[in-house]
Parts: sequence; C-alpha cells; structure tokens
Amino acid sequence: MNPVDERIVRATQGGLPLVPAPYARIAREAGVSEAEVLDRLESMLADGRIRRIGAVPNHYALGYTANAMTVWDIADEAAGELGAAVGALAFVSHCYRRPRRLPDWPYNLFAMVHGKSKEETEARIEEIRSLLGAASRRHELLYSVRILKKTGLRL
Amino acid sequence: MDEIDRAIVNRLQGGFPLCGRPFAAAADELGIDEALLLSRIKSLLKRGVLTRFGPMYDVERMGGAFTLCAMSVPAADFERVAALVDAHPEVAHNYERAHRFNMWFVLACPSKDGIEKAIAAIEAETGHRVMNLPREHEYFVELRLPA
Repeated sequence: MNPVDERIVRATQGGLPLVPAPYARIAREAGVSEAEVLDRLESMLADGRIRRIGAVPNHYALGYTANAMTVWDIADEAAGELGAAVGALAFVSHCYRRPRRLPDWPYNLFAMVHGKSKEETEARIEEIRSLLGAASRRHELLYSVRILKKTGLRL
Repeated sequence: MDEIDRAIVNRLQGGFPLCGRPFAAAADELGIDEALLLSRIKSLLKRGVLTRFGPMYDVERMGGAFTLCAMSVPAADFERVAALVDAHPEVAHNYERAHRFNMWFVLACPSKDGIEKAIAAIEAETGHRVMNLPREHEYFVELRLPA
C-alpha cells in the first residue's frame, strides 16, 4: 500500500468525520489535497480494498437478536453453485467456503443467518435446508451466546 | 427509530457520495437537509444503532491476513481462556457459541505469518488447540439488514 493510501486509511478507519466537508478534513489530516483523497478513495472502492462507504449497523440494535452461524457439509463439486445461492439470500449476511478439519469438523460452507426471533431464524434456516436439499449431508446451528470481544478490524 | 432514522439505516449502508459535500448530497436524496442528516447520524452512533459511519475496508485486499478460529474449551476453564484470547490485539472479535466448539474468534494481522504466530501463542498460553478455518471463498452479498 502506498503511503498516501495508508494515511487515508488511518484517518478514516474509525469512521468519517461528521462535518459538512469530511473529505477536506481527512485531506488536512493526511497532508494531501481533497481531490487526492477523493481520487484515492474512488480507486480503493474500484479495486475492492474498500467494500462500501456508509452506515454500518449494529444488527442487535436493529432487533436482530437471534443470530446463528450455520455450517453445512456440502459435496465439494456442488459447493460453488450452492454457496452463491445461499449467499444471495437477503437474511444471510456472510457466506464462506472454509476447509474441513476431519474428524473434528466436517463442514465446508458457513452462512450467518439473522432473525428477530428464534422462530424467524429457524424458518430461514429451514429455507436454506430446502434450497440445499440432498447436497447437504449434514448441518449444525451455532447460536451466539455472548460477545466476548468486538473491536472491529484495525490496520 | 422513526422514519428518517430507518431511511438512513436502510439507504446509506453503501454508496455514500464521494464529493465535496457528501452529507448534503445524501440528505438531498433522502429529502432532508444536511444538518439534520449529520445530527441523525451522530445520534444513531451514540445510541449504538450504527457501529461506524465511513469506509469499510477489506483486510485481505489491503494486504493483510485474516481467519476464523475455533476452540473447544471446558466450561470450568472458559473465562480464563477468554481473557487470554481477548488480550491479543490480533483478535478482532470473539463470540461464545452454544456448541462443543464454544469459542469462535477472528484474527486479523498485517501479514500471514502473524496469524500463525498468534495461533501458536494462544495454544501455548491456554493449553488448548486452536482450529484454524481460513476462508477459501466468499459468496459476497452486500450486508443490508433492513431496519
């Protein structure tokens, strides 16, 4: 990462300044022009280093209190197509393929499912189960009990 | 949460403008004014409805490394292990989950060998094995939980 990008990242990773001209403020902090800040942010958005710019909600505060990590054992050859289908569901916030760790851990597809009640979350998990059908050999739900630490990612 | 708050949460989860007066531009689209949008965002942050407002960086694309780890910790040892794990600055978040693997945390490091070092240190300190589950593929969707 070039030093200008790094200064911009450091100046923005805690959030944008909540002032009418936030990019001008960041530019002053990073010692570059506002035009350069806009240009660098645009290019980081284009190449995926920035996923998006905007509001990051706390899903608990929005009432999503029943949050389950669901894990599925999917035949490797079907995992790509089915992973994409599960990831496209509106109530799935993250969907990843990860390695199995046999014999302890047979699951290779992870999907985070959010609901406002345990019933809602379970109905949604059922929707995933029927979407996957016989391609899922087994699955488990891991409800969160407690947040032990949440600081967010810091560079 | 009133209609304005809900509109902010639902419509500003991405696509915040890159221009000289972005709050004014975004406010315009929501049919409110700049000062009101700024004060509402401050209030949503203060009340914990939003955790941040700004760019969301992708650690891996930024050149860093990151992985999901799980441990199976006996109940009697759980608090001790949680304190040891949480003390590592590489641990970005850590959740207790109802499962035989009852502790799940994300490690984020500037480089890949940082991950291996952190795992080795946690195993040595706690006396328990860490299962490392790096992502192999992400099926990406924008996180857009409606308010």
